[in-house]
Amino acid sequence: MFVKDMMKTEVITLQAEAKISEAYQLLQENHIRHIPIIDNNKQVIGIISDRDVRDASPSILDEVYNEEALSFPVSSIMTTPVTTIHPYDYVEEIAAIFYDREFACLPVVKNNILVGIITEKDMLYTLIQLTGTHVPSSQIEIKVPDRIGVLADVSAFFKRRKIKVASVLIYPYLEDSNYKILVFRIQTMNPMNIMDDFKDSEFEIVSPSLENPHE
Amino acid sequence: MSNCNTAFIYTEAFKDYKFSDDHPFNQIRVSATKDLLEYEKALPASNIIFPKQASESLISGIHTKNYIEAVKRADQSDTPISEYYKYGLGTEDTPIFRGMYEASATLVGGTIEAVNQVLNHHYPHALNLGGGLHHGFPEKASGFCIFNDAAIAIKYIRENYNLRVLYVDTDAHHGDGVQASFYDDPNVCTVSFHETGRYLYPGTGNTNERGVKKGFGYTFNFPLDAFTEDESFLSIFKTSMDEIMDYFRPDIIISQHGVDAHYLDPLTHLHATMNIFEEIPKHIHALSHQYCEGKWIALGGGGYDIWRVVPRAWSQLYKIMQDSTPFTGNLSSEWQKKWQSHANVVLPTTWEDDLAHYKKIPRTVEITEKNQRMVEQTLQFIRNLSI
Repeated sequence: MFVKDMMKTEVITLQAEAKISEAYQLLQENHIRHIPIIDNNKQVIGIISDRDVRDASPSILDEVYNEEALSFPVSSIMTTPVTTIHPYDYVEEIAAIFYDREFACLPVVKNNILVGIITEKDMLYTLIQLTGTHVPSSQIEIKVPDRIGVLADVSAFFKRRKIKVASVLIYPYLEDSNYKILVFRIQTMNPMNIMDDFKDSEFEIVSPSLENPHE
Repeated sequence: MSNCNTAFIYTEAFKDYKFSDDHPFNQIRVSATKDLLEYEKALPASNIIFPKQASESLISGIHTKNYIEAVKRADQSDTPISEYYKYGLGTEDTPIFRGMYEASATLVGGTIEAVNQVLNHHYPHALNLGGGLHHGFPEKASGFCIFNDAAIAIKYIRENYNLRVLYVDTDAHHGDGVQASFYDDPNVCTVSFHETGRYLYPGTGNTNERGVKKGFGYTFNFPLDAFTEDESFLSIFKTSMDEIMDYFRPDIIISQHGVDAHYLDPLTHLHATMNIFEEIPKHIHALSHQYCEGKWIALGGGGYDIWRVVPRAWSQLYKIMQDSTPFTGNLSSEWQKKWQSHANVVLPTTWEDDLAHYKKIPRTVEITEKNQRMVEQTLQFIRNLSI
């Protein structure tokens, strides 16, 4: 899935000379945690997070509450240079960046111009879309030998029963690398017949089972 | 609870709702149940009410015109079957069969008749074991269900009587179709206790599904872990129903009594015994008198061990609606004699389970704990209101 299909296109931004207090207000009002800082040409020159703003704010424990710091420009606390991503990059790349770099927001830039923003939450939403339930369906997990054509062979069972597949995931089988686990969401309330079909095959249904392997 | 006379809605035509001989959904269960009640002399002939087929205008309270037309045409036209897939028809779950529209409309008619019996004050309670097809969607058949009789009946009550309706569903599958029909409606509270959608159809019914817009806070879901047993199921059911009834204070209860949470059921992984199918109706019965002047309509639903589980469980339901006292001891031997030849398993001899095929669950403690956390999530909404 492309970044462009996951990103938000309405981005709340500030320019370098804006006060930290303005940033604080925008973060609060919009329930967001990051603001890209842009110049007049919509080029991203920095980014600030709610944590940057909090670090710059006076402590509520101070005896004299000094708000002077909040009138400094955001450029004084912004992170630069900014890691950005392209609308035609992929969801996997975002996940890798979030994981490796330990931050949670990426401005999306095309021809040096800000066109969108993507956060950890957007990425998780996409993940939920990929693994979740959008149509009424049952889930089964099948242990299969890791060989060419195995997905096609397993899919043929569903086709024969006229059962539509809603989603497929492939996991490694941790105990033995010669096998894989296929997770299917199938559009039937009655998986009994298909489970019976698999009984006489080389494929093994591992879940659902009484001895839940996911414990 | 004086005078709990209960209308029993029944027609032989319920059996026409039949996909094929080897399809798990088989309405012969309703006939076998009626017969068992009659052998036990627990079903007065005068309480049996014959329903009419529901009119198209009633059905269109929930379903779209295109879908109704498709159901009507499916068994007769030369249209290729692939044209019907988008309506969920012609699939492994809901194959097309002759007389599909009439059979489906008759089940709806049964539930509407049950509503009329109660709201016209002929009976305080009414039971339609032919109904409870909770997976039907406005434009799609799903999970063996073509028309959603429960949703149609609730709509009918809302439009004609303006009563606040509590719908409670103890089928092992999530009551998704009914929930979706009233997701934004604050006058219909839907409550579903079901096996979690982790593996089981339809996959929805999470604790965070609470309704939208004005209907927010009027949908409650209790997704139970696979292999949940009686004790955890019942303690959650009773606590939750008590709190929800006190919060919503409905005028009428519609309950769906799928009995596929039983350990013998081939389609699900819940692990309950006959005990819950006595306790659930008892509790709803008491609540209906406490909050709704007894106004209670009960429906059938899932149940795929049609010989060992369904007739007993549904007979207990009717018995409890009538007098709050379940049958105990031996089952009518004449009934066994009559029906054994139809069945592919040995029929039970007692009302209680013999537990011969009951598997000990090694993870009861963990399952109970997970269920408890789930309940707290779902009920948090109500509990926060009362702080």
